Amino acid sequence: MEMKISQSRKVVNAVMLTVSGLCTLLAVAVLFYILGYLLVHGGKSLSLNFFTKLPSPFGSTGDGGMANAIIGSGKVLLLATLIGVPIGFLAGVYLAEYSSRSFASVVRYVVDLLNGVPSIVIGIVGYALVVRAMGHYSTLAGGVALGIMMIPIAVRTSEEFLRAVPNSLREGAMALGATKATTIFTVIIPAAISGLTSGMMLNLARVAGETAPLLFTALGSMYWSRGWDHPTATLPVMIYNYAISPEPDLHQQAWAAGFVLLTLVLVINVTARLIVARGPASSRR
Amino acid sequence: MATPQQPALKESPIDIADQIDVPKTGAMPKLSAKHLDFFYGSFQALHGISLDIAPNKITAFIGPSGCGKSTFLRTMNRMYEIVRGTRVEGELILDGSNLLSMDVTYVRRRIGMVFQKSNPFPKSIYDNVAYGLRVNGVRRKSVVDEAVERSLTHAALWNEVKDKLNKPATALSGGQQQRLCIARALAVEPEVLLLDEPCSALDPIATLKIEELLFQIRNLTTIVIVTHNMQQAARLADFTGFFLLGKLIEFNKTKTIFQNPGKKETEDYVTGRFG
Repeated sequence: MEMKISQSRKVVNAVMLTVSGLCTLLAVAVLFYILGYLLVHGGKSLSLNFFTKLPSPFGSTGDGGMANAIIGSGKVLLLATLIGVPIGFLAGVYLAEYSSRSFASVVRYVVDLLNGVPSIVIGIVGYALVVRAMGHYSTLAGGVALGIMMIPIAVRTSEEFLRAVPNSLREGAMALGATKATTIFTVIIPAAISGLTSGMMLNLARVAGETAPLLFTALGSMYWSRGWDHPTATLPVMIYNYAISPEPDLHQQAWAAGFVLLTLVLVINVTARLIVARGPASSRR
Repeated sequence: MATPQQPALKESPIDIADQIDVPKTGAMPKLSAKHLDFFYGSFQALHGISLDIAPNKITAFIGPSGCGKSTFLRTMNRMYEIVRGTRVEGELILDGSNLLSMDVTYVRRRIGMVFQKSNPFPKSIYDNVAYGLRVNGVRRKSVVDEAVERSLTHAALWNEVKDKLNKPATALSGGQQQRLCIARALAVEPEVLLLDEPCSALDPIATLKIEELLFQIRNLTTIVIVTHNMQQAARLADFTGFFLLGKLIEFNKTKTIFQNPGKKETEDYVTGRFG
């Protein structure tokens, strides 16, 4: 009887080890599989033209590129950062430094709910708020939609990194006659700056690939955008449009665009990690 | 480990205290508490504290943990205000006016504080010492330079850091960090310097250095120190107050407190019978 139990335990243990190990391998392998797949299928399109030329007109097989979508994505993400980061960051400052614990937890809950709103719904909000008001699709509307998507994470990361700054630093600054605002700007934020920066970068990387909010806002375009108040092409929407088209040429371009987008996201992620690793010693204390 | 300031330690602080009057009957006190009560929410942590702190002397507060000595120290520069739900009743008089009704940043500029655990900002050594001046609007480089050197010299740290003023302060040793915090507090030329168990995390040599420098700088500022270490109070202080359960049991010349205490509780504590 005793022997039997210990045997079955060993088997369970071995199975568990194997299964969990394989799943770990799988989790890591997916990323490399995707990267490789994108490179294999889109690699042929990754020429200088891809980064410098406009898409070739429909029907013509040519060496078109996605320069307009790359620039468009850059503009939309810049707007999103300018909208989402200040709002989220200052709200985080309020929660960490000024508000009562109970109010902060209510706000945190609401912000988490906002984080859970499906991105397609955020797209519709952007449509209702900006596109309807302006009367047409625009880069600005796309920036607003992605900016709204950045707010929840911006609030949470700001609050967490500011709270992680030891209270003794607040006391030290205030004991020297610094006001609360001076303390926050001259001691607390500098002490947390590496965490804050990397948190915002991860946040940006997260929304860089969002497609649904842009479908109803920035729309898309085959040409250079005529300005911030006009529609613009973006990488995710371009991928979507090309992927559902019947042209094999365009499929290949979509794969290449996917590779570029994923590389961009990975670079932002890795940079963010490096910033944290090199942060001031005190913020890790 | 000997420093040039060694001679100062040879004259016993107790003798100096002997030659002057207890502040109650003597000169105008620098700071006095009158019937001070302190509350954390509904819990009363201090009960009717009244005492006078003599200018340019070292005053020490001793007592077991939780007796209210640190709380009392934190009322004097109103640091308690950053904790929610705290409240003070009574009066705290700084040079004749009630500091409880003054602008709080003005109070803290005049009354500096050094904390139990050294808390240098994650900035350079120079920027740490310059911080108090800068937040109070002093920008001229020559003025700040001069103040940084003077403060670090008073804190007996200048010789150790003068060649690495731009290095991060967090790279200093524990004792150096605490002396840096003293320099930082001295840079704004406070009239009173409060120290909350400044040596409790330091080794005996680092402690000795801090005691030596405190002994030197009492000419510049009035010093109030909370300590767990009765020998430290006996070595340093001109006056000593004994706290127990939120009450000031006895306050007198240090020599009297340690050699001829007036209250049974004080005697029990200083002779090590409890606490």
